[in-house]
Amino acid sequence: MLNFSDLLPYTDVFFGGLMTTIELTLLTTVLGVVLGTTCAAVRQYGHPASQRAVAAYVELIRNTPFIVQLFFIFFGLPSIGLMLSPWQASVIALTINLGAYSTEIIRAGLNNIPKGQWEAAKVLGMDFRQTLTRVVFTPAFEKIYPALTSQCIIVMLGSAVLSQISVQDLTYAANLVQSRNFRAFESYVVTALMYLGLAMLMRYVFAMIGKRVFAFREAQ
Amino acid sequence: MIEFSNWDILRNLLIATQWTVLLSLAAFIGGTAVALGLTAMRLTRNPVMIRIVKLYVELFQGTPLLMQMFLCFFGLSMIGYEISAWGAAILSLTLFTSAFLVEIWRGCIDTLPKGQWEASRVLGLNFLQTLRHVILPQATKVAFAPTVGFSVQVVKGTALASVIGFVELTKAGTMLNNATFEPFKVFAFVALIYFALCYPLSLCSKYLEKKYHVAR
Repeated sequence: MLNFSDLLPYTDVFFGGLMTTIELTLLTTVLGVVLGTTCAAVRQYGHPASQRAVAAYVELIRNTPFIVQLFFIFFGLPSIGLMLSPWQASVIALTINLGAYSTEIIRAGLNNIPKGQWEAAKVLGMDFRQTLTRVVFTPAFEKIYPALTSQCIIVMLGSAVLSQISVQDLTYAANLVQSRNFRAFESYVVTALMYLGLAMLMRYVFAMIGKRVFAFREAQ
Repeated sequence: MIEFSNWDILRNLLIATQWTVLLSLAAFIGGTAVALGLTAMRLTRNPVMIRIVKLYVELFQGTPLLMQMFLCFFGLSMIGYEISAWGAAILSLTLFTSAFLVEIWRGCIDTLPKGQWEASRVLGLNFLQTLRHVILPQATKVAFAPTVGFSVQVVKGTALASVIGFVELTKAGTMLNNATFEPFKVFAFVALIYFALCYPLSLCSKYLEKKYHVAR
């Protein structure tokens, strides 16, 4: 009944989809974390008005489904004159989504830094920017690194929805293959396992990066 | 062409919202039931059982919800089980919800000091008594806030049921968009309705977190 060998002729379709998913994940993980870091700093230390603006952004994104955000950006924005390709819309939607979640995560890390560290840095003559980048950021990130890893993986898994605006990612490949050979179950099982592998790979890579970045602290 | 006023759009979306709410409730109740069973399996401390639960969590947390829905909907019917979009949506959301809840609750039970188990043992309580009189009363308090917090993810997860053709809020949005050609307005409404559903849950979770954090 089950026949996985029917999938073999479509190896390159799956591979292409996998590459697109990886590419999008890499790009948006970097962009999203940068956005999240910026927003977290603003939310924590910024002007009260900008603090409120960031809080509104975070709540709005966290309390609406990703697919609706994606549809709003891809279908909605062109009607007010902002034309976007599926690829551009995807990058924007994923970045905005990860940005909001990572803002909350990173802010928790910043909150965790004892006040004494700020005071000590001030006594040493460091200004705000120096304290933030040289004293506060590293331990703050170390603290929330596992949570950030999980969130990046969740966003990667969420990227399956991009197939709905015809981005040719892994899910798109699965749909294409099952529409050709009518092997829906096999096609989706294989794809699901590929996502699982990707999630495990991400966890591994993040752990490796974390080990290097926070290595000097472990030596202490 | 039929003219759609703002009120027409909103009214139709609100009708579809009922299905989103219903699906969320069904998935949350189903997910809670399955997660309770899985937690019980984990608490037996049987290595095989713990392995199974671990694999279950890994499987459903490590694959996209959309893929799980496709598997339930297209996959199952291909291998001979006829299932409606409604059934597939409930099934996949239940599995997805339970995998996350069991992991959340694991954290809640594990935060309790091990000494409590040992102390109960010394007092002559058996496993079930310890669970019932010592562990669960405390663990449920801790678990309340993150569980409510996760319900937001369930509500948002129901939006994916639109992809397999179940007419809930998001699907109604795409249908109305096709009829009105006003995507900006329609999807803004859709987003606002989701926000109206989810934000109170988020606030409630935050409130509970504060309340029990202070009490402890």
